[in-house]
Parts: sequence; C-alpha cells; structure tokens
Amino acid sequence: MRHIISMLMENESGALSRVAGLFSARGYNIQELTVAPTEDQTVSRLTLVTEGDEQQIEQIVKHLNRLIDVVKVVDLTNGEHIERELLLIKLMATGAHREELKRLADIFRAQIVDVSATTYTVQLVGDKSKTDAFINALDASLILETVRSGALGIMRGEKRLQI
Amino acid sequence: MELTGAQIVVKFLEDEGVEHLWGYPGGAVLPIYDALDTTATTLKHILVRHEQAATHAADAYSRATGKPGLVLVTSGPGATNAITGIATAYMDSIPLIVITGQVPTSMIGLDAFQEVDTVGISRPIVKHNFLVRDVAELAQTLKKAFYIATTGRPGPVLIDIPKDVQNAKTDYVYPETVDIRSYNVVTKGHSGQIRKAVDLILSAERPMFYTGGGVVLGDASSQLTEFVRALGYPITQTLMGLGAFPASDAQSVGMLGMHGTYEANMAMHHCDVLIAIGARFDDRVTGNIEKFCPTAKVVHVDIDPASISKNVKVDVPIVGPVAQVLEDMLEMLRLEKRKPNQEALSNWWKQIDSWRAINCMAYQPSTKVIKPQAVIETLHRVTQGDAYVTSDVGQHQMWAAQYYPFEKPRRWINSGGLGTMGVGLPYAMGVKMALPDATVACVTGEGSIQMNIQELSTCLQYGLPVKIICLNNRFLGMVRQWQEFFYDRRYSMSYMDSLPDFVKLVESYGHVGMKVTDPAELESKMKEAFAMTDRLVFMDIQTDHTENVYPMIPAGAGQNEMILV
Repeated sequence: MRHIISMLMENESGALSRVAGLFSARGYNIQELTVAPTEDQTVSRLTLVTEGDEQQIEQIVKHLNRLIDVVKVVDLTNGEHIERELLLIKLMATGAHREELKRLADIFRAQIVDVSATTYTVQLVGDKSKTDAFINALDASLILETVRSGALGIMRGEKRLQI
Repeated sequence: MELTGAQIVVKFLEDEGVEHLWGYPGGAVLPIYDALDTTATTLKHILVRHEQAATHAADAYSRATGKPGLVLVTSGPGATNAITGIATAYMDSIPLIVITGQVPTSMIGLDAFQEVDTVGISRPIVKHNFLVRDVAELAQTLKKAFYIATTGRPGPVLIDIPKDVQNAKTDYVYPETVDIRSYNVVTKGHSGQIRKAVDLILSAERPMFYTGGGVVLGDASSQLTEFVRALGYPITQTLMGLGAFPASDAQSVGMLGMHGTYEANMAMHHCDVLIAIGARFDDRVTGNIEKFCPTAKVVHVDIDPASISKNVKVDVPIVGPVAQVLEDMLEMLRLEKRKPNQEALSNWWKQIDSWRAINCMAYQPSTKVIKPQAVIETLHRVTQGDAYVTSDVGQHQMWAAQYYPFEKPRRWINSGGLGTMGVGLPYAMGVKMALPDATVACVTGEGSIQMNIQELSTCLQYGLPVKIICLNNRFLGMVRQWQEFFYDRRYSMSYMDSLPDFVKLVESYGHVGMKVTDPAELESKMKEAFAMTDRLVFMDIQTDHTENVYPMIPAGAGQNEMILV
C-alpha cells in the first residue's frame, strides 16, 4: 500500500542523506520526496511516499525514529489528512491545440502560467489522482516536460506534527 | 580556560574518565597527537600497527569492561582502515568513540591529500556521526557522542575533526549535561506489557528462554539468572549471549542456531512460549524463518524497538532495558500466587533430556592427530574455565563457543554479527590492556591470524602477554566445510599454502613460539605456555584438517532439521 510519511528533522548537514541512506540500505523504495524549511528554523519538513505492507511500514517508521537527526515522524496515511502535489507541465501549443489545451486546463482548474509562441506551461495543484488524471487526459505527444513536486501532506483538524 | 581544539579533545577525554586511547597518527590528526605529548595527561595512548586493529582493540576493551572504547586515527586511509572495525562494533552494538582527523575545512571537497568523506563513508555503520566545523561546538559534540554511544542500544559514534578546528582556540568548560531533543532513551518497560508477558510465561507448558548479547551489554546477567532459576525453565543463549547465564547450570541447554546444540534447537522448535531477551532473531539463529518456532507465542524484550517484529512477529513486545524489565518481572513473580505448571514442565524437561541424551557434541577422539575440539577442551582445563577468550571467525570460533563453557558474562569476545576475520589478536590486546591480571587466550586459525598479525609488534611494545591458540589446519576451515557440503568438494581457494613458520615469526617479534603436532603433548605444552605469565606465547597447533563443525543446520533448513554428524 502507498504511504505518505512525513517528518521533522534537524537542519543538520547530512540529515537528508541519513534518511535516503536508510531507505537504500534496507531495500525500501522512496517514490516521492520533498524537503523544505518550516516556521521553526531549526527543523526541516521532509515528506516521502513509499510502498509497503503493514510490517514494512512499521519497520520504516521505527528505523526513521532511530535516526538521531529525525525529531518526529508521522505516517499520514494512518489518519485523515490532506495530500497535495504541484505539477508544472510544458506543452506543445500550436494551432488548434492552443484552444483545446486552454479548455482542458480550465476543466481541471489548472492555470496557464507561462506562454510562448509554441508552448504553454501549465500549473496544477491536487492530490496524486488529480494530477495523474490531468496528465492522462493530455495528448502524450504534446508533453514537452513534466515537473512534479511529489506529495505534501498535513493532518486534518487540530492534529499537527510538532516538536 | 582557553584551549585549542586538540587540547580540548585530550582534556575532555580525561574529564570523561577515559583510560585508554587506541590509535595511529597522521597528518590531519597531528595537533591532537601533539596535545597528547604536551599536555600532562592520565590518558594512555596505545600505538597499533594498523588502524583496523585500533578499532578492534577498543571494541574488545568495551566488550570486556562495559565502558566505551576510544579510537584516534587520521583522515583518508586512517579513517578507511578503521571502517571494518567500526562495522564490526556496529553489528554487535558496541559503544565505540572514533575520532578521525580531517583536512582543514577550507579544503573539504577539493580532493585534498588524504581527504575522504569520512562521515559519508561511515554513515551506514555508525549509530551517529558528526563533522565538527566550529571549535565552539567541539566539547558539546564530544559529550553528545559519548551519550549516544553508551545509552539505549549502544553503538559506535564517529567524530570527524578538521585540522583547522583542532588548531582553533576557544574557552573550554566540561559539559556536564547533554540534551538531544530527538533522542530519548527508554528507561523502563511498559508495566502493562510486562504483566502480559508474566501471565503468558506462567501459562506456558513448554517454555523456552532465548537470550542474547543484549543481556551482556545491558549488564543483566544476575537478573536473568535469578529469573530463569526462579521459574525452572530451560534456557538457550546465542553466540553473543554466552556467559550471561552459567553454562554449567542444568537449566542451560547450550547455544542455539546453526552450530548450536541439538537439544537447544529442538526445544526452540517445539516450545509453546518463547521468551526472547536481548536477542535479535538473527538468521544464523532462526534458520529458515518460515519454519521458526511454529507453535510458540513470543515475548520479546529489547531496548531497540526496531529489533522487535523485524524478522519474527512478536506477540508481547516490551521495549526497555533488559535489566530493568527483568527486575520488574521478578517483582511480579514474587507477588504472584500462580506457579508454573510443574507437571507440564517436568514432561517438557523429560523431552529435552531425551534430546540431550543424543550427546550431539560428542566427537571421535584421536591419539594420532590433534582434534580441534580437544584443543578447546584442553584450554578450558588449563585455564580452569576462567579465561577471557577472544576468537577470530571460522570453525575455530564455533568450536570455542561449543567446547569452552562460559560461566560469566563478558568472558567470550568475538565478532558475531559482522563475522570479521582478524579480530582475535587485537581483541586479546584490548582485553589484556583493560584487565592486566586476567588470563587472555585468543583462539584463532592460520587464516584469521594473518589478517592482523602485525599487532604482535604492539603486544611487544606494551607488554601484553596474551596466549594465542592457533588451530592450524592449513585450510580456511569453514569455507572448506561449506565447499565439502554444498559445492561438491570443490575446494576453491580454501587451501592455505606457503604459510609462515609461525614459531620463527613470533620469535622475530620477541615472543615465544611453540609448535604442537602430537596429541599426547598438547596439554603439557599448553600448561607450559600459560605458566609463562609475562610472555606472549603463540601455540601453532597442527590440527585435523578434515574435521567439521557439528551439529549444523544447513542454510534454508528449520531448527528441527540438524545434521548431527
């Protein structure tokens, strides 16, 4: 099953490689990964998506907790949560395609954020199923470049990941 | 007081109560070596002949005393040579502090002379590591390193210190306290879980204790012994756990696993409640995991949550220090009205005794050729079972574990997890340095000993009169055994040709050498060797090269599928 695991880690050099190294050393797979600063300058928020059965995920969380630089870990999949991904996609947009791509972007509530004589760059925010659906709806021959942020996640309601 | 980074390292180690430091100097660590020379210090530095040996010796010092072992090496090759020793300590959860010199911060990343990414290379084999970029953080980082290495599940911690940080000055105050917000050590097991465990333990009809190195590292030997005796249940110990419960006790059924006893493995296979304490269900213990303990409910006590349910699904997990958890269990047992089911227990013991009667450790004695098992039995007699025994890795290691019954913890010093050939001699040095009055024997083979034989020189320099018991069978014995069993007797590269004359070799290092070929004179020669208490004696014992380690669970088989002979 697909799990979104989110953690706060110390802003120390090498912290990210400890997490990545753990996954490669123990044969777990990271499908998506994002890291960025938080309101607290001493920590970064790392979110990753991995696949595994219940026992594997339990081991992953335990091993992550064992890393000294990892302050807090949560498996977002265990509870109600919001998942979002940012997609930036550059499309060949000439002739009749220009109008058609604009309509398709509107249907998905995507925005065209950059335009050239022959291209559109489209931005779309949503969970994985939405970004997947948009990409699948496009004529594959028009896709010039795809950039996806990987999943971000946050718990619903008053629950939060904090130190 | 204002000190250089190098002086801070020396002063801190003193303040932390460190006695011994094992190391080898080099360019990037010269300021610390200079500080050792110029500072009046109680710290004793031992100069090894290869950095790998420094890590092994410090590791053995820790295994024998319970205190952390200290290593000091230079950057680049100094650090990479230390890697095998760090990995060895990591696999067996030994607290080791490794200080490495590094090129100056301004040169990091420029492929400088003797530069290597030490923190990167060591990352998967340390509990944690640090690169100190600011001398102001040095003392606190050292304190953190000791705290992390010695608490929770212990392990090696490496501190990489660039040369400019060693030369920079700052005020030094010994940091009394340490606070790491992301690292919280469990000090007590969950009482509800302990209650559940005690209930399950008391309800058992075919109980089995399975205990490991965690009992030794957690100094829980006396609590374990009391608990096991109070219940009257059988106990088996892993290679790393030997000595935590006395081998001579009737409740001990010996070691388990690939080369464990028949009775231990059969009892594991048929038990209904398995009480695992400070053990990690290693593949050499479990055999085929699908066939492991098919009828057992499992209680598992361990300090490391990640060890629980890693290989085998556990019914009652308890995370906590084993000594504390065992004390809580003993207290519950004292207040308990229920007693173990004596009738079921007596039937269980009858069954175990019938397995014992097979006498799986029997071997064919000989008057013509020296049997390796007989060497270990002789060693046990000559040392009255009271030696510190270090071993290398291979057949001799298994025979030492099988034929030298250990009565006390920390007496059996070997590389269980990583299985590092070459540890035996540096291990013996580490133990002898820690405990000068102890009898220290290194059981080795002609293959393993050559992996760190240069340390004979260190032994001479520091007067370390250890006894080296070399089972010389002219083969990489364990490799040869596997080739005989599983590779149709194709002995690819397992024969050792062109061996040195070990007697002459050790004599050239200033020690005593003995060659023994006749079984009749084995015991008298060994007595002679151990009588020379102030000399290192190397016994080159020519043993039967056809001998195999039995019994054996072949890879992929279950614990009830042992090859007996």
